[in-house]
Amino acid sequence: MVNALSRTVLAQSAFPQETRNPARNVKRAHSVPCSLFSLAFKPVSCARNSSLNLLPREIIADQHDWRLTMPAVKGDGMRGLAVFISDIRNCKSKEAELKRINKELANIRSKFKGDKTLDGYQKKKYVCKLLFIFLLGHDIDFGHMEAVNLLSSNKYTEKQIGYLFISILVNLNSDLIKLIIQSIKNDIQSRNPIHVNLALQCIANIGSRDMCEAFSQDLPKLLTSGDTVDSVKQSAALCLLRLFRTSCDVIQPNETASRIVHLLNDSHLGVVTAAASLIEALSKKWPEEFKGCVSLAISRLSRIVTSTYTDLQDYTYYFVPAPWLCVKLLRLLQNYPPPEEPANKTRLLECLEGILNRAQDAPKSKKVQHANAKNSVLFEAISLIIHMDSEPNLLVRACNQLGSFLSHRETNLRYLALESMCLLATSEFSHEAVKKHQETIIASLKTERDVSVRQRAIDLLYAMCDRTNAENIVAEMLTYLETADYSIREEMVLKVAILAEKYATDYTWYVDVILKLIRIAGDYVSEEVWYRVIQIVVNREDVQGYASKTVFEALQRPACHENMVKVGGYILGEFGNLIAGDQRSSPQIQFDLLHGKYHLCSVSTRCLLLSTYVKFCNLFPEIKQHIQNVFSSDHNLRNPDAELQQRAVEYLQLSKVASPDVLATILEEMPQFPEKESSLLSKLKKAKPQVEELENQVAEKKSRPAAVMRDLSATTTSKLVDLSDAVHTNGGGIGPGGDAFDIFASNGGETGIVGCNKAEALRLMLKPNGILYEDAIIQIGCKLQTKKNLARLGMFYGNKTNSAFTHFLVNAESPGELADQIVVQAKPVDPDVAAGAQFQQLINLVCLQDFSNQPIAHISFTYTSASGVPLNFNKTIYLPIYINKFFEPTDMAAEQFFSRWKTLSQPAQESQKVFPAKGPIDHESIKTKLLGLGAKVLENVDPNPENFVCAGIIHTQVLQIGTLVRLEPNRQAKMYRLTVRSNRETTAQQLCSLLAEQF
Amino acid sequence: MIRFILIQNRAGKTRLAKWYMHFDDDEKQKLIEEVHAVVTVRDARHTNFVEFRNFKIVYRRYAGLYFCICVDIMDNNLYYLEAIHNFVEVLNEYFHNVCELDLVFNFYKVYTVVDEMFLAGEVRETSQTKVLKQLMTLTSLE
Repeated sequence: MVNALSRTVLAQSAFPQETRNPARNVKRAHSVPCSLFSLAFKPVSCARNSSLNLLPREIIADQHDWRLTMPAVKGDGMRGLAVFISDIRNCKSKEAELKRINKELANIRSKFKGDKTLDGYQKKKYVCKLLFIFLLGHDIDFGHMEAVNLLSSNKYTEKQIGYLFISILVNLNSDLIKLIIQSIKNDIQSRNPIHVNLALQCIANIGSRDMCEAFSQDLPKLLTSGDTVDSVKQSAALCLLRLFRTSCDVIQPNETASRIVHLLNDSHLGVVTAAASLIEALSKKWPEEFKGCVSLAISRLSRIVTSTYTDLQDYTYYFVPAPWLCVKLLRLLQNYPPPEEPANKTRLLECLEGILNRAQDAPKSKKVQHANAKNSVLFEAISLIIHMDSEPNLLVRACNQLGSFLSHRETNLRYLALESMCLLATSEFSHEAVKKHQETIIASLKTERDVSVRQRAIDLLYAMCDRTNAENIVAEMLTYLETADYSIREEMVLKVAILAEKYATDYTWYVDVILKLIRIAGDYVSEEVWYRVIQIVVNREDVQGYASKTVFEALQRPACHENMVKVGGYILGEFGNLIAGDQRSSPQIQFDLLHGKYHLCSVSTRCLLLSTYVKFCNLFPEIKQHIQNVFSSDHNLRNPDAELQQRAVEYLQLSKVASPDVLATILEEMPQFPEKESSLLSKLKKAKPQVEELENQVAEKKSRPAAVMRDLSATTTSKLVDLSDAVHTNGGGIGPGGDAFDIFASNGGETGIVGCNKAEALRLMLKPNGILYEDAIIQIGCKLQTKKNLARLGMFYGNKTNSAFTHFLVNAESPGELADQIVVQAKPVDPDVAAGAQFQQLINLVCLQDFSNQPIAHISFTYTSASGVPLNFNKTIYLPIYINKFFEPTDMAAEQFFSRWKTLSQPAQESQKVFPAKGPIDHESIKTKLLGLGAKVLENVDPNPENFVCAGIIHTQVLQIGTLVRLEPNRQAKMYRLTVRSNRETTAQQLCSLLAEQF
Repeated sequence: MIRFILIQNRAGKTRLAKWYMHFDDDEKQKLIEEVHAVVTVRDARHTNFVEFRNFKIVYRRYAGLYFCICVDIMDNNLYYLEAIHNFVEVLNEYFHNVCELDLVFNFYKVYTVVDEMFLAGEVRETSQTKVLKQLMTLTSLE
């Protein structure tokens, strides 16, 4: 709250004359302003509460311009800017706007180029105009120098515009960056805190690597020195945080930790607020060094929580003492286990109880701001209670509090309560307490109007489900599924399938649930769901008869989903005999029922049904003739689809030639699937949302089941290949390849760095040399030599322009986790490159362990554009270092190869892909590519001369990875099947997906 | 942490875009359009939070302006929702009954207000009195 005193100050001293604000005049001249706060204006003395009362979500155009009676913010007199802005606003068309902008740009350019030296004011005005033009979405390629000049002005407003321009147009000319850093350095050392703050804000807004290097000394000093002004400390703390995020070596934890931690004790709450964020981040990285923050945070928190709202004055927000700081402190404490030291522990528990107590107090204000601020602290406190997971009493109280929010009139609160309860449901102490609210949660599925709230309710039902309530919850979810939003259906189907399996005591119930899923949401039932129901039926004798009967009945419905036909076809093919005794489901009727759907189904389903039919030949010899007729119909025997045709031909022949005994052996019931963990569940456990390394621990606890589920649906099972092989023989028809992970995804995702030459780098996977990057300015070629786990990469840079490059800088590195996998060392380069020149740089690499991402090089320099303007080149490129580069070829005979092949037969050691050929299949060019792979291409090993097999050892410093590759081209189908086996599963996977890109 | 702050009007015009992580210009434009599409279809029945890519948007509408803050999924929603309101109250005080045009004509001052209250994607200062006092000092230097 702003107290009356400062309001008077605002009104009296700051805005003496309205006429001094031309912007305001211009504005009034041509449009009616629409106040953000409807009915906002009240006389100065009026309490602000009333003016804010009506604000959100109401649009009332001011009938009067209240400002006529009110002095506006004092203008700094950039009249030209205001005129320009209103000109732009008055433009009737895009063309007119562009014309006006071009006129202005020409004007500014001539001013900057003119002989007359501009004074600071003019410079500021023009730079500000350029900035405005840039923000409108137009390119700005000049004015950088003038902006940099403004940095050294002594006037605040000039400096501010200079810094603003620099911060927003970060694409810095590299010959200017030294100047900029120098100006920042000067300002940081200035005695004027306002200048220091501007400089710090600029660093925090840009946060580049250069700045990390330049200021890693100054900032910690500034932050912890006793002489520093409070507002500067605030900026310095967050500035340091920004640089720490860019590169964590800006801080030496041993030297500074204790002094930084003590900022939590600072008397200025603003400093504590800023420092809390810094400490939160640092303590994640160095928990040991920063563990002193725990007791300080607890005592600070305790002082705030026990204070009354008048104690903290400026920091009280709608009667809530320092809500933002409280949240930050509660968050910081979640980086550590519950305190063990008794005094700390007692104090913290008192705080948490205090926060829970306050939630029950009568509100001190009816404003939503009051409730929100209070509840932000409450929710964070509950997060901490869940994180500690050691106080049953608090967990149950938290749960009751959230339960009362479930029927609150604020949608926000209902949403957050559902979200928070999801975590409570996972704690053994509060699980039962959550279950008390089951009715309310189920009701919200029916009454909530915001789909995201319903989604949270589903998540919560999923999280709170156990053996006692599974039937009820699954039934409710199935009911809701019929009307659920399309956007959440697939996820719901997966959840229902998992719950049904997990808590099934009676497998007939499970079968019913899955079939109902297929019936009401067939389109959203993914393969893994129906694969799984088949696995379970095959493995459990007690349910086979029931399953056959149920699918038979389901297939009799007039409209029946294709997935139902698949499941029905498979189950009847295996166990149809169990119900054949009943006249109503005799063999002929079963067959007719399935075949009635046959022509409506896709090719892959028809393939499956053909397998069912041939199994019927064995189960029901009495209809064999009938089935043979179906096989031999033109529609099957001459089907244009090769797979279908092949099955028809082979099955027909098989049923004709084989004796009943042989037939019975071949078409025996499927063996049991190995009783491993459900593929759905194992995926669920593995799949975690991509979180930053540091946040892993916290996120693990906090990640909502929803996020996990989404990952699950994105990846399909590869474990189920055994089943799918049984029903289809063409792996290609099975749908999306589950392991087709994007080889660059984790690179970009983790470090935020994405190279601009993904395709080029990938092209060099199978070639030792070639062009790595090229545009109109520069060409970068490379040549790679490797020996065991060492590599030497020669980089060739060619200047394609007619003028020299300056400040040429190459920064090669292994980002993120790659740093522990590959060491990259680049030789320094000459900063100047003459026009048209080419030169070489060597980069040495050591492969420490197997890796999946590519090292990168940041390349920056200044060049001169065709029009003579100095421009900055700044790009990040991937280096063509892939795991196969460290292959050593191994020669071996056929016998040896196959024995090795067999020893690598565990599912995890093999990665297989079937994919369409990108170009014509040519034996020689395949061979060339495989030679480039680095492994030995073995001749006369594979019995089929069309196929290729390769063998080699991948060298890393820690281990040697024996790897075998087999590539089977299929010329007719224009497909390849690629199999990689390796004694390291990640390598097999990685190599397989990389290599598949190459054919 | 805050990934970006956007102020947009209902027509989708951006009145402020403040980025706390690196995006290239095309990406920024895309984000701006996506946020607008996601936020403007929601009404009073909806929450003030929307999941957005790998993040979430906490937003609040004031007259015709949407104030949107993009934060990490695990961040505290109400914390940022009130941070928006705190920021708007400061703007209202600073510009005396703020309206959209103030943000247009004084865009460079709005950045100053933002930097006083948020820095490096974190909440820097929450006291309205302190922020306004600082802003007044700066104004007096003009």
